[in-house]
Amino acid sequence: MSESVTTSFNCRLPLDSSGTIRLGHGSGGKMSASLTSSLFLPILGNPILNELQDAAVVEGCSQIAVTTDAYVVNPIFFPGGDIGSLAVHGTVNDLCMRGAKPLYLSASFILEEGLPLSILEKIIRSFHEATEKSGIMLIAADTKVVNRGAADQIFITTTGIGIVGDKVPSANAARAGDVIIISGNLAQHGMAIMCAREELELETQLLSDSAPLNNLAQKVLETSDNVHCLRDLTRGGLASAVNELAQSSSVGIVLDEKHIPIHPQAKAACELLGLDPLYVACEGRFLAIVAAEDAEKVLQAMRKDPLGNNAHIAGVVIEDHKGTVILKSTVGGNRILDKLSGEQLPRIC
Amino acid sequence: MKYLDEYRDSTLAQQLSQRIHKATKHNWTIMEVCGGQTHSILQYGLEDLLPETIELLHGPGCPVCVTPLELIDKAVAIASRQDVIFCSFGDMLRVPGSQNDLLGVKAQGFDVRIVYSPLDCLAIAKNNPDKQVVFFAVGFETTAPANAMSVRQAKTLGLGNFSILTSHVTVPPVITSILQSVDNRVQAFLGPGHVCSVMGWKQYETISNHYKIPIVITGFEPTDLLEGILRCVLQLEAGEYKVENQYARAVEKEGNIAAQSIVEEVFDVSDRMWRGLGSIPKSGYKLSYDYADFDAERIFQLETISAEEPAVCISGQILRGLKKPHECPAFANMCTPETPLGATMVSSEGTCAAYYKYGRIGQTK
Repeated sequence: MSESVTTSFNCRLPLDSSGTIRLGHGSGGKMSASLTSSLFLPILGNPILNELQDAAVVEGCSQIAVTTDAYVVNPIFFPGGDIGSLAVHGTVNDLCMRGAKPLYLSASFILEEGLPLSILEKIIRSFHEATEKSGIMLIAADTKVVNRGAADQIFITTTGIGIVGDKVPSANAARAGDVIIISGNLAQHGMAIMCAREELELETQLLSDSAPLNNLAQKVLETSDNVHCLRDLTRGGLASAVNELAQSSSVGIVLDEKHIPIHPQAKAACELLGLDPLYVACEGRFLAIVAAEDAEKVLQAMRKDPLGNNAHIAGVVIEDHKGTVILKSTVGGNRILDKLSGEQLPRIC
Repeated sequence: MKYLDEYRDSTLAQQLSQRIHKATKHNWTIMEVCGGQTHSILQYGLEDLLPETIELLHGPGCPVCVTPLELIDKAVAIASRQDVIFCSFGDMLRVPGSQNDLLGVKAQGFDVRIVYSPLDCLAIAKNNPDKQVVFFAVGFETTAPANAMSVRQAKTLGLGNFSILTSHVTVPPVITSILQSVDNRVQAFLGPGHVCSVMGWKQYETISNHYKIPIVITGFEPTDLLEGILRCVLQLEAGEYKVENQYARAVEKEGNIAAQSIVEEVFDVSDRMWRGLGSIPKSGYKLSYDYADFDAERIFQLETISAEEPAVCISGQILRGLKKPHECPAFANMCTPETPLGATMVSSEGTCAAYYKYGRIGQTK
């Protein structure tokens, strides 16, 4: 068989011809292999991933932290980020909130038939860049292709693994007398996403705060031996995070609204839409609950980092009102800051 | 944020609080009419800044709360059609009908969309000529002009696939109905600032004179509300009754004439059902004869749909200020924001929902 015939058997994969994802790319056959070898590995590859084994075998350690998450954000590109970098940041941040050093990542890319390959490439490049920046290594990956309409362009699921250090902050470790520090402006990510959605003709310069928090979390833990809880302020925002911590630690939490940093444009967008910024998601902010005597030095350490330069002490942990969060309003009245019932919906008036 | 932060100033709020304490010699019961005012009062914990001798009653001015169950059922029926794109303000999606809510309809795969302006629906109608686009036109006098504008524009553009499901109610008839009830406890009103920015405040002078009751047209920020309360107290203590305009930065006596005229052109005044309160004569709007072709109730022939409120719910008494949420046996157990039984739990502006969410701190200790 001549070489030219052999070549014709290796059909030219639709990677080049249609420029979109087809169902065949998820078949497990040649098209899948081609997608892996011509797109994923050149961008995401490394010695471990390049082996294409069923499971990666890596150096172990005594205590590891594991987290898993799915990313289904819409739109997939938004001001300040995209679904690729977000998937890495979200996973890294979950690990470092337990004091773990993020080491390894696995990811599954669920692709909708018809997704332009150029878009996929852009996303996995961004994914890769985010792994480099946060020092985590992709060691296992998978792709699946689903029928048009069965997914919204691309979904990414991840599992992250990190080594736990000698300090392990925990949701149940807050104690009465501790101080709450918020790492920076709230509500940017959620409002940037909302404003980027087509149906809302609201023009802002808002950028998502999506960022890897491992270096900042590391600095916080190095600064003090009395960091009791770390929690990233993702879905449900600050309000949900503090409620979870108050319940897990069986303490009361009092927040002072005056000292909660909120991005001014995000706040304005929330005002217009009738949303409460305290419930809006961040992807690069967290709160630290630390012993009062160390609060100031932790705050100063955070403020030296670009991701923590607007950190604020915004509350205290109390013995009373166990499981409850009380918000002292800007004008001096108190109210309970509850968890959301369902999705936050814009108010009529 | 400019034009907001100045009205959330804590020093000013404390000063107003001190003046209210100083001015108050007797027990007074004041009702804020608007849902937005209730929301602010609870969000900023303003009751903590008032003397115990002042009781705030949270009035019937939440459009989501007072939309009758029957109309929610009609909305659900329309939205559950393959040929319909159903558009609504966000708040209305969670309001339970007898069987389902609009979020549930959306989850079943029907096209239910949140819009921020009724005019957005016209673009949707233009882009989807094979679908009927229906807007759930809910609200008080505040939302009526934009809703009227959408209908007039649809007529001008010849959009045959756009209609509205109307549930417009008006403030003066409902506060009159509260004042006429034998067990009325309201001694002064914080008048509805945004409603008056559209309608002006002449109608409120008639009510104030007839029922000898102070009405202070009030804004929505914490210092607006505190100043409104202070002005009510000063009138009450002096034995006076008149309409005052605290919200002068937005409200003029004549209101917005252009907005009023479009409402008049598109709508006729009609009797309306209020969730929890029943039928109140001439308390709302329906589409006028000239615009009847845009009436979704006519287009989709929904006359057969009717519904009754759960008997245990006391939201009617709460809307009139006769009872507080925690006096209801169902509050916070059978009836929660996730499983609301009645008007005042369904919207975040509803009194019961606001109490549930922002509850008084004393209850948790």
